[in-house]
Amino acid sequence: MAILRRANSVSTTTIGVPTTVISYVLLFAWTFVVLFPLYWLAITAFKIPLDVNGGPFYIPWRDFQPTLENWRYIFVDLGEDTFRPYENTVVVGLTSTAITLLLGSMAAYGLVRMRYHVTFGAVASFAAGVALAVILVVVHAPWQIGAVVGFVLFLLMLNTVAKRAKKGVGNDDIAFWMISQRMLPPVAVVIPIYIFFQQLQLLDTWAALIIAYVASHLPIVVWLMRDYFQSIPLELEESAAIDGASPYRIFRSIVLPLAVPGLVATFLFVLVFAWNEYLIALFLTSANAQTLPLTVAAQNATRGPQWWYMSVLILIMIGPVIAMAIALERFIARGLLVGAVKG
Amino acid sequence: MVARIDRHAGAVFILPAVVVILAFSIFPLLASLYVSLSRLTFSEGGVELKFVGFDNYSKLLVGIDHVHFLGLLGRPTILSTAFLGAAYLLILYLLYRYSRGPNLTVGGLIGRVLAALAAGTLLYLVANTVLTSGRPGTLVVTIVYVSVDVTIQYVIGLGLALLVVQHLPGRRFFRVVFLLPMMITPVGVAYLFRMLTDTDKGPLYPLWVHFGLVDVSWVTNPWGARLAVMVGDIWQWTPFIFIVLLAAIETLPHELVEAAVVDGANRWQVFWRITFPLILPATSTIVLIRLIEGFKIVDLPNVLTNGGPGTATESLTLHAYTIWRTLDIGGSAAVAYMLLIVVTFVGVTYVNLFRRRVTAMS
Repeated sequence: MAILRRANSVSTTTIGVPTTVISYVLLFAWTFVVLFPLYWLAITAFKIPLDVNGGPFYIPWRDFQPTLENWRYIFVDLGEDTFRPYENTVVVGLTSTAITLLLGSMAAYGLVRMRYHVTFGAVASFAAGVALAVILVVVHAPWQIGAVVGFVLFLLMLNTVAKRAKKGVGNDDIAFWMISQRMLPPVAVVIPIYIFFQQLQLLDTWAALIIAYVASHLPIVVWLMRDYFQSIPLELEESAAIDGASPYRIFRSIVLPLAVPGLVATFLFVLVFAWNEYLIALFLTSANAQTLPLTVAAQNATRGPQWWYMSVLILIMIGPVIAMAIALERFIARGLLVGAVKG
Repeated sequence: MVARIDRHAGAVFILPAVVVILAFSIFPLLASLYVSLSRLTFSEGGVELKFVGFDNYSKLLVGIDHVHFLGLLGRPTILSTAFLGAAYLLILYLLYRYSRGPNLTVGGLIGRVLAALAAGTLLYLVANTVLTSGRPGTLVVTIVYVSVDVTIQYVIGLGLALLVVQHLPGRRFFRVVFLLPMMITPVGVAYLFRMLTDTDKGPLYPLWVHFGLVDVSWVTNPWGARLAVMVGDIWQWTPFIFIVLLAAIETLPHELVEAAVVDGANRWQVFWRITFPLILPATSTIVLIRLIEGFKIVDLPNVLTNGGPGTATESLTLHAYTIWRTLDIGGSAAVAYMLLIVVTFVGVTYVNLFRRRVTAMS
């Protein structure tokens, strides 16, 4: 962290005038590239259909008369159809992000400060137990019996065969295994998850989406928070441990408060992912638990692109995350990227 | 009692995450493999699985869906032949250098020959569908998306980071603004770019008039539509690379640059000799992340072009989804598994070829 604060710039030499001018030209060029689409979105939300279809009109009050008609339609006429997806998105986004952050930080902390050693024997025992349970279920045994028999086999093997194997996987391997789950394309796992939730009759509920999002975003949290915890000095925790604090207490009262910048950045990052997620929601929800990206995407299918309404929807959808991003920008630079920068 | 709790603390910290990942990543992944080898039908009160072996895969590789997945090979042109020749020579050279190098092992050589064969096959597909009159399938389209997007995102992102890192007034403003596209839902980005690329009533109308392109619709021309998808993706994800590289450059030690400047190095030399080598670790990480995430692209083509014209802009994930919609769930899982195989292959090759060397250097 000390390095982060000290060094602000690579070039401490004074910059010549031509360089400054060229730099500003390029910077404003990209600013235009970023902001113009957003400007267009914003003004389209205040246009009547005629002003959208009648050709490009750029400047409100000069080229066209802005109207609140579209906003009224979205909030009053559609009403419930707008608020329900919004509520779903907020609830699913915040809940899944909070759970992911908690589970992910715990795992990341464990991986940084504890020693894990899982022998190959234990891994093999577990795999054998699961395999037995699956085979039993496939040949139509009740799943309860399958689970119990599989678990018994796992315990038996763990206490006999597995004792002999000393070689195993350590912290780094476990961390790599967790983080590499991010490589998994969601579409490769979504079908069994769909069937699973269908069996539990949880399709089209908040619970299904929350569970799926927690699983798919855990790797990000583990990856980012692991790097962040590593940058926290050990001494505080050691002295607390000497004073008799339990690991849980140390984690809650010392480590988490120190990690707030990293937590904030990770929170924002995961929330944005959950807020904008499309594919999993597409598979797992229909009418009740539908989230905003689906509502926005569905605008096209039902009535053809009605840009004026769509712009309002997109604006109210991206509003909160953009506000949060602007407010928390300094955390992103400071907290989030400690890990990525180190490589 | 306290001591007893402490002994289990390690397990308490890590087990919830392990259980979630096992239950919702690993098991579904194995189940998906089984689904991809069977025909699945939804019946009353459950699902029925019938094992069909590699049927779903052979459908993709040689059967009725192979044009959709792999594309249609065109007659080789000078360009495609030259591209392939150069690529193969490079692969052979890398293999040759490895076989002469000090780290030669039998396993390593076999692995590299296999990787070279796989890469050669993919390159053959790309060259003969993209650079000829052929038609690229969803596999090739996805590869084109990823390679073009990541390259351009990196170049722009690095350029912006180098500009912002200078001590210019207003840098905080640029930082915040450049970050914004990343926060917008890809579905929104897709609609945004549909509005912007409209040649008839979009904001670029005067430009289209000037070039006489008013009657041309992006969405009906395969490469125009793909270009629109790529521009949207570049717009959205350049900020990610920008912010990481900016942080990487800002943490570089001052003294190195100052010493170089004292020794008379110009900015160009400072960048290529000091800054660039020092941000290589961050580069390797960020490119790996973007490669992996890029292969999952689905929202943009689905909303921007509906995968069309025809199947011209379909990515692999979208391909899997369209098959799913026809209720061919085994076939959908097979496409998903092909995607997984390609992503894993690209990721592992990248790590071995580039990333490990970079991390070993630093």
